[in-house]
Amino acid sequence: MYGNAYIDPNEKPLSILDGEDPIKLAEFEARIDRGEKIEPKDWMPKEYRKQLIRMIEQHAHSEIIGALPEGTWITRAPGFKRKLALMAKVQDEVGHAQLLYSAAETLGKSREAMINDLITGKSKYSNVFNYPALTWADSCVIAWLIDAGAIINQVANAKGSYGPYGRALDRICTEESFHLKYGHHNVVTLATGTPFQRQMVQEALTRWWPPIMHFFGPSDKISNHTTILMKWKVKMATNDDMRQQFLNMYVPKIWDLGLVLPDANLKKNEETKLWEYTEPDWDEFKRVINGGGPCNAERLAVRRMAEEKGRWVRKALLQKDSSYVTPLA
Amino acid sequence: MINSLDPRIAREQINEDNTIAPLTEMDNWETYEVFHQKKRGEQHEHVGIVHAPNNEMALLFAKEQYGRRGISVNIWVVKTSNVFASDYDDADIFETVPDKQYREAGGYKVMEMINKYKKENKVK
Repeated sequence: MYGNAYIDPNEKPLSILDGEDPIKLAEFEARIDRGEKIEPKDWMPKEYRKQLIRMIEQHAHSEIIGALPEGTWITRAPGFKRKLALMAKVQDEVGHAQLLYSAAETLGKSREAMINDLITGKSKYSNVFNYPALTWADSCVIAWLIDAGAIINQVANAKGSYGPYGRALDRICTEESFHLKYGHHNVVTLATGTPFQRQMVQEALTRWWPPIMHFFGPSDKISNHTTILMKWKVKMATNDDMRQQFLNMYVPKIWDLGLVLPDANLKKNEETKLWEYTEPDWDEFKRVINGGGPCNAERLAVRRMAEEKGRWVRKALLQKDSSYVTPLA
Repeated sequence: MINSLDPRIAREQINEDNTIAPLTEMDNWETYEVFHQKKRGEQHEHVGIVHAPNNEMALLFAKEQYGRRGISVNIWVVKTSNVFASDYDDADIFETVPDKQYREAGGYKVMEMINKYKKENKVK
């Protein structure tokens, strides 16, 4: 699962092409225009490499941190079958992190450097995981709707220009389809169950709706930066387009269950075919992504503990004569 | 102290400011390229990499990472450092290959000659 890579709106996009060789840049862009993929050792603009590392790395961190709120419910999942399924899902998420770290590594940043940036708070991860999964129903809403959002994003990005990222995403999307079905099944079970179960899933949905609306990130249609990243097929859709696609696919499914979304303005405009909604609170989004959310401190502290506790094992297994080379693909 | 919803985390009594020394180079070991065979009789196919400290652990991780869905019968792991690869910048070494029609079955067309011969010699 994944939140869109967070690009600081204050970052100056003017220097993107500074100092790039115009001939190599033209060849690079022509290759992308022909629909060919870029492979790790190809020439690429500095900004292309930088944005891809940031995006893939954030995606990897989101997978590994996303395993925490869901992992919380493994021991208390209702029934053996759901416990098995949730364990499998959480294992998938950690596996996805590994696939993504591998893709980012091909661009020249080591996995150790990425993990260091995660645990010191330098790198971001999807903002939704800074909120707690208070009840079992929260874990079900995450599995259904956050994964649904992730799939929209990942299916789009899988067609991007960087070969290793696309290959990782193809594999990830296949596995995520189980997560979506599993999450939907759980939500439907609660929504069609006892009044108490219905209330539990309704409350979870109400809690998760604002983070879900934040999930695709702030509107980015207007930026130069987005335009160039889309031309290079780093970003494959704008944040707003993905949010619209999500609303179009999932709001009707939520309403089918008689559940209520906490936004009185949410409706599809039949003329424009676009969804209208109350603008999400982007100040809250910025506050949380910069460390002010209910779980930011816990997520990073747990990750640091895990790294620290495993360190001696990794060290004991390290063979003296081994050395690192960048993976090929 | 972190007061987590997750009883497993609460039990660990973690401090929020539990700073740790940064991970150093090779903390996550080197990488292995993984080749996966779905079915007997099919080729092994490159599917990605794993980080591992030795061959045996690489196989174990490769099984978890690339063999936990669908069918698998065999996996190979090869240290990335042992793979010697051609360079994308040298892709021109393959450039003339598609022109070499004499290597292809399609490069040998005879029907036109046969039909001409039959027509000229009135072969029934």
